[in-house]
Amino acid sequence: MAMNPRRKKRLTWTLGLIAGVAVAFSIILYALSQNIDLFYTPTEVVEGKGKNALKPEVGQRLRIGGMVVEDSVKRDPETLEVEFRVTDIGPEVKILYTGILPDLFREGQGIVAQGVMVEPRVMKATEVLAKHDEEYMPPELAEQMKGIKHVNPNQPDAFEGSTP
Amino acid sequence: MWRWLHPYAKPEVVYHLLGRWQPWLSITAALTLGLGIVWGLVFAPADYQQGDSYRIIFVHVPTAMFSMSLYIALAIAAFVGRVWQLKMADWGLAAIAPVGLTFTFISLVTGAIWGKPMWGTWWEWDARLTSQLILFFLYVGVLALYHAFSDQRNGAKAAGILAMVGVINIPIIRYSVEWWNTLHQGATLTVFERPPMATSMLIPLLVSILGFGLLAGALIVQRMRNEILRQELRRPWVKHVLNQDRATELSKTEQA
Repeated sequence: MAMNPRRKKRLTWTLGLIAGVAVAFSIILYALSQNIDLFYTPTEVVEGKGKNALKPEVGQRLRIGGMVVEDSVKRDPETLEVEFRVTDIGPEVKILYTGILPDLFREGQGIVAQGVMVEPRVMKATEVLAKHDEEYMPPELAEQMKGIKHVNPNQPDAFEGSTP
Repeated sequence: MWRWLHPYAKPEVVYHLLGRWQPWLSITAALTLGLGIVWGLVFAPADYQQGDSYRIIFVHVPTAMFSMSLYIALAIAAFVGRVWQLKMADWGLAAIAPVGLTFTFISLVTGAIWGKPMWGTWWEWDARLTSQLILFFLYVGVLALYHAFSDQRNGAKAAGILAMVGVINIPIIRYSVEWWNTLHQGATLTVFERPPMATSMLIPLLVSILGFGLLAGALIVQRMRNEILRQELRRPWVKHVLNQDRATELSKTEQA
């Protein structure tokens, strides 16, 4: 296809601009790649993160994201204090929290906790958020496929009864 | 490319062509959107974990999806407008941007409303949420630049460059949940895999996506027609169209 030279010049300029910006952004994102992560995984907390195996220090403020370990949730019957352990594939980190947990919080669920490390493997959290996955299904199907009993988050004993 | 586009470079032709599409787009959009939303919000089953709260997905996912695809359309229009200097592409920019902006805004708001009960927070500076917020500002920037110049062509040029540069944000939004640890979950709908969603929820979601797509189409077509009239206001054909409309309206009032 014959293209007139001015149009060709504009095409080259435009493509050049887009390519240049794309390269610049890729470099920035590559450099920032670890800082964009919202949270540390428990493995990264214990074994260190990245090439230099940076470990968080006691007193450092950070977020940890992982699965709540089954049977690890302990509640104080008098107060809102709660403690539980989170894991991803290996090591576990203990989280201490005082406050109301989100509706989706349950054992086996992914959570993100923000707080301060009080010991190398213990965090005192100021905020606990629940993650959910991209699976959606009606309760009957979930019970059939995964053996998960549906728990209505609004019923008072929802969380105590959630261990299958 | 030029030969293919050439007949559509005439505003009058495009105006009448879009005018023929307009009613069909609007009617199908209203029907599918109504069906998808009612099906999703009333008849689809509740989720095993999130209960009824997940139903916001029937608005959140379509608007978020089209906020991105409309941006790609915006960038393509800008690209065609820059390289081939097609006025119509520049006007397309002005027609798409407000619709994309609204969709982005709806996706952000519904996401926050969903996030509060499920995650426990309205907002988190998570890679997905932040990049979607940047998309919102990109749309605002494109619209602001388009209208910031007294010479409309300069405005379209500046807005077009921002639209093209900003397209880099689209893959970042799309893959943010895979590249980084985020609070936002991964994608439910992917092209090549069966989605991890029960069929009874998936079908209304797909209907609702189609509905929002048609709605976006209908809105853009109408905005495009308005933009053509606005830009061509002094041309005889526009005067002719406007006189015709006035005549039909007059005859209607006379009959009444």
